[in-house]
Amino acid sequence: MSALAVRGLRVSFDHPLGLVRAVDDVSFDLRPNERFGLVGESGSGKSTMALAIMRMIRPPGHIDGGDILLGGKNLATLSAEDVRQTRLAGIAMVPQGSMNALNPVMRVGDQVADAMRDHDKKPVGIGALMARVGLPAGTADKYPHELSGGMKQRVCIAIAMCLRPTVIIADEPTSALDVVVQRQVMRTLADVQRDLNAAILLIGHDMGLMAQFVDRLGVMYAGRLVEIAPIAEIVRRPRHPYTEMLIASLPSMDHKDALRGIPGLAPLLRDLPSGCAFHPRCPKAQDRCAIERPEPREVESGVLVRCHFA
Amino acid sequence: MTAPLLQADCVSRTYGGGLLGAHTLALDGFSLSIGTGKPSITAVVGESGSGKTTLARVLLGLTTPTSGTVRYRGEDITRLSREARRAYRTDIQAIFQDPYGVFNPFYRVDHVLTTPVRKFGLASSRAEGRELIEQALRTVGLRPEEILGRYPHQLSGGQRQRTMVARALLLKPKIIIADEPVSMVDASLRATILGSLRRLTDEFGISILYITHDLATAWQVSDNIIVMYRATAVEAGSAETVVKSPAHPYTRLLVGSIPQVSLTRDWLSTEADAQRPGDRDAACRFADRCVSAMAVCRSERPLLSRIGPRHAAACHLHRQHAQLAAEDLNDVLA
Amino acid sequence: MLRYLKRNPSLAVGIGLLSVLVLFLLVGMVLIDPEDARPLSAPALRPPSWAYPFGTDRQGRDLFAAMVVGTPLTLRIGFIAGILGVVIGTILAFVAGFYRGIVDTLIRGIADIGLTVPGLLILIIIAVSVRGGLTVNQMALVVASLAWLNPTRTIRSQVLTLRERGYVEVARLSGMNGPEIIFFEMIPNLLPYLGATLVNAVSAAILASIGLEVLGLGPLEAPTLGMTLYWVNFNAAIINGWWWWWTAPIAIILIVFLGLFFMTVGLDEIANPRLRRSV
Repeated sequence: MSALAVRGLRVSFDHPLGLVRAVDDVSFDLRPNERFGLVGESGSGKSTMALAIMRMIRPPGHIDGGDILLGGKNLATLSAEDVRQTRLAGIAMVPQGSMNALNPVMRVGDQVADAMRDHDKKPVGIGALMARVGLPAGTADKYPHELSGGMKQRVCIAIAMCLRPTVIIADEPTSALDVVVQRQVMRTLADVQRDLNAAILLIGHDMGLMAQFVDRLGVMYAGRLVEIAPIAEIVRRPRHPYTEMLIASLPSMDHKDALRGIPGLAPLLRDLPSGCAFHPRCPKAQDRCAIERPEPREVESGVLVRCHFA
Repeated sequence: MTAPLLQADCVSRTYGGGLLGAHTLALDGFSLSIGTGKPSITAVVGESGSGKTTLARVLLGLTTPTSGTVRYRGEDITRLSREARRAYRTDIQAIFQDPYGVFNPFYRVDHVLTTPVRKFGLASSRAEGRELIEQALRTVGLRPEEILGRYPHQLSGGQRQRTMVARALLLKPKIIIADEPVSMVDASLRATILGSLRRLTDEFGISILYITHDLATAWQVSDNIIVMYRATAVEAGSAETVVKSPAHPYTRLLVGSIPQVSLTRDWLSTEADAQRPGDRDAACRFADRCVSAMAVCRSERPLLSRIGPRHAAACHLHRQHAQLAAEDLNDVLA
Repeated sequence: MLRYLKRNPSLAVGIGLLSVLVLFLLVGMVLIDPEDARPLSAPALRPPSWAYPFGTDRQGRDLFAAMVVGTPLTLRIGFIAGILGVVIGTILAFVAGFYRGIVDTLIRGIADIGLTVPGLLILIIIAVSVRGGLTVNQMALVVASLAWLNPTRTIRSQVLTLRERGYVEVARLSGMNGPEIIFFEMIPNLLPYLGATLVNAVSAAILASIGLEVLGLGPLEAPTLGMTLYWVNFNAAIINGWWWWWTAPIAIILIVFLGLFFMTVGLDEIANPRLRRSV
């Protein structure tokens, strides 16, 4: 059974100029102990999806449909109180920019204790928790401003793991950190995952990071999942034209390319192109692409693509 | 010998200090000349706190150095005459990191383009000014009809940043200081914007100081790289040499820390840096993280030594080489 | 505009209340003879009737006429004092916040000291020292003398934030000088905030003026809201059961303050996008 199964999730926002479809019929499985990556540009809907899974979407946003199955329970239909209890205990999240969201007037150890108390657990073992995320002794008594960015991020990871959830969602956990600290934090995340036997959903836009960290990768474009495959497959042979161009647009350290970007602009989520959302920018687009929306097809075992020509 | 166009002369900048505050050294005796010789792109690479942003602000005259001087055509920029100041502002332009904050949300994006045209008298009529602006937008790959007349929030981050590049172009500057121009832009758009910057140098002869924390893009787009760590330059030279044969342990750490899209997955497991908090105040500022630290590193500060014709590093591992005076940093750059 | 009002209920309610008041005043102007607001124009102490919709007071004023004539006077004091306060406050705030240095320390120091001293006390002292009583315009100036203190402080904080914005630095690089940056880059972005501050200042000024008038320090002949309440007090109207005398001015004061309050909340929402409940 999957640790987390998302089926046909749809999230939209009410905007005076039109309905914004942030997440449009997204389905994927997160297997136990797996590292699953979700990559996409800003505006592709990936952060919204993370929030939707945690049932943290507020008006004018709403979940329009779909199931979010966490080990048998459907988070989409659970009552508010049950969802609150599941958060952190069953599924935890390290949100984007969380290191800047730590309470500046509380010691970080107390903030972890706070989370535990909220779930009726005794706030014990915080020192050990800090050590497990690689923080030096005495960190629990410090205030956020006394810690570096990498250390703050690791505190957030400690908060996310304190109740031993089965799934951890990390939304751009290292975007504000430099490469050296990034590696340390990702290493911590990997250790935590092994420690808890948990599954990790890593959301980001850095393909290099995904290639080095995750087992399977999902690619999002304009609110839709356009490709899901094991990471080795995606690196070796990306099937969707967007995935291909995304990998090509990243600078490598091996050879100097003529710097290649993806022409055109990402579409506005409230004004999506007809048919396949990528067709205006796709070099392989044909007439069919503007009319018919591609459905996910399993082109090989474990490789799903939304493209008419994959 | 003519004075270089823009020069930082042993510039230092300290923040804080005073009765209660501890002071932070943001920039320590940095010297660099830009705008002499062939137009090129020099990247200044470092993490936050390395001093790279302070360097940019000091060169742009937005922050005054606590010691040392910034010179424009040989003259101290704090003492320029009115015309010289105007020339300084025309010759040296900037592109900033945040493509949203640089636009005044009250005005349409045209405002940020028409203001320099007006203030520097670049056009004799409205129509001529408009023509200049449209041309600059086209040079950076934007369609004027998609940009002009819109408000900043109606454009994407990439469009906004490219508009700022167009703005920098309007004044036909000789130097552009680009402070993290692509870090807040999507990965797929970075290549396009950096490509425009490269064109500016190759086709328009503009020298660019590219400030970034991303060694990969620095290597892709620049001719020279200067690596900064904690307020000082630790390595400098041609981009190829610095990245392919890094001499300073910090540069080696940087190069190794970049996750690559490849089938080899050793990024997580390779040895990172050492952690010796006790050595934080050692003479060599990198000693507390250096895997190759020796006894001399704690007591003596390493100075820049010339390792090759276009390569210098400040590290005791290379002390057998001749020393390079800080003012002569330019000797290793193209 | 109307569509926005639907999404900003506070602003809508505020504008609504004040519009009702203005309508009342406009209709009233047509219906009454201003002379009726003077004493001895009607039989004294009549309860509300068709002839005298708000009744009359002890000095023989037709209270309906008095309200129609007096309310604009009170509002005028509030507006003059509020606008003066915000204009002076804005100038001082920009000089202090933008240029910093010793000027900033000076202005901030004076404002801070001024804010600690009880305002009503100072106003009373000023009002009492002016010989021969105050006219309505003099009231406005008296209140304005203190109305700039709070705006200076609050607008200064906004200036401190704004001057760090990227577009201010870009403006500098584009060749703009200090005053140009203040006028063309910073003030346009402060307009909603200045609007909210203005409404706040007007509200505070009206309150201060009513306070002074209730104590008897206002213009004695004018039937302003505060003066009417002074006469209510003076004649023990509440104990004597002449309920219509104090109901009218209090109802109008309520509408004025509620209207201004809701407008402030509504404008605050425009000024601070994070307070917005919808897009």
